[in-house]
Amino acid sequence: MRMLAVTSAFLLALLAPAALAADNHSVTLTIKDDSFTPSTLTVPADTRIEIEIHNTRALPSEFESFDLNREKVVPGGTTLSLWIGPLAPGKYKFFDDFNPGVTGVIVVEKPGNKTPNKTP
Amino acid sequence: MIGALIIVFREVLEAALVVGVVAAAVKGLPHRGRHVLTGIAIGIGGAILVAAGLGVISHFAAGHGQEIFQAAVLIAAGLMLAWHNIYMAKHGRELTRKLKTLGSEVVAGSASITMLIGVTAIAVMREGSEVALFLYALVAGGTSQASLLGGSLLGLAGGVVVGFVLFAGLSRIPIKRLFQVSGVIILFIAAGMLAHGVQYLVQIGYLPALIPHVWDSSFLISGRSYVGISLGALAGYTPSPSLMQVLVWMASFIAIAGLMFTKSGRLDRKRNRTKAAALQTEQGGS
Repeated sequence: MRMLAVTSAFLLALLAPAALAADNHSVTLTIKDDSFTPSTLTVPADTRIEIEIHNTRALPSEFESFDLNREKVVPGGTTLSLWIGPLAPGKYKFFDDFNPGVTGVIVVEKPGNKTPNKTP
Repeated sequence: MIGALIIVFREVLEAALVVGVVAAAVKGLPHRGRHVLTGIAIGIGGAILVAAGLGVISHFAAGHGQEIFQAAVLIAAGLMLAWHNIYMAKHGRELTRKLKTLGSEVVAGSASITMLIGVTAIAVMREGSEVALFLYALVAGGTSQASLLGGSLLGLAGGVVVGFVLFAGLSRIPIKRLFQVSGVIILFIAAGMLAHGVQYLVQIGYLPALIPHVWDSSFLISGRSYVGISLGALAGYTPSPSLMQVLVWMASFIAIAGLMFTKSGRLDRKRNRTKAAALQTEQGGS
């Protein structure tokens, strides 16, 4: 009975994702054979960010990051996205788990520090 | 060769630790080895299907299919482990008695068989699909197939050996203690799987992170280290978890442990003892 209740709570939660998508910021990341482009992504602090990951390789890649607590396989020639943040200022490393040595970093900065306006 | 060895070992290790524990935890279950092999076979078949159909899965639900799939299988495995633990809390005592008197001729509940096959299959499928994708990427990327095969087989063998050593080590524990020890380990595995499953839903914005990173213990135990990987498989360790993940972990742990405790009859026995003591005092007083 209790398991049933837990399961239905999960299913209900699955039906209401749209409510969470407020105050967004979107960035694009491209996976190539030998690198991420850009290999350094700068994003504002305290904001939820959607990363669109475009894998231009013919092979699958896995965007993975222990700093960000994220992992997602991106099949060759496709684009998928995931959410991160809101993050505290700092550096967050990520890598392609299927392509050893290919790494990148997300730099999170306070929006007020460099640009007075809300320029991304 | 080294690349293939390391990644195959790492993925097989994660699955083998879980399979080693659940196989040890169902001591006395007839045809235990056959059930484990069934689970592995289903898992390998599932892994190939998942790897081959990844494009389809990924683009299901507006690009959220992978996470929904991972969350579903992790939560299913976590619930099976929880169910088994609660069942064992209730029946472990009589099972131990039967095992002692009858040897291995004990028919355990169907809960154990379902859990053993189901959890084995899910663990093998999750890690196996990663291995399949990685090897595919290596082959297509031009790595020689012979060195790839050699590395993969070594990695596979290494992972299986670690899982088997864990199984053999646990199996040496006397039967009464074994169920207690495996019950505690499975409690941690279950909480970890449920929390990990929920984290996938946070990743696609279906659930709030609450706080995206509660702490960062990567300086202590990195997620890539073998300790980190093993703790990840056995307890859901991740160096920088979200508050949602931590809360789900704690809630799962408390709920499963609580149900294990109430179903174990320890409360009843305590109550009976108190009642008996009260009765005795009463009789002594009159």
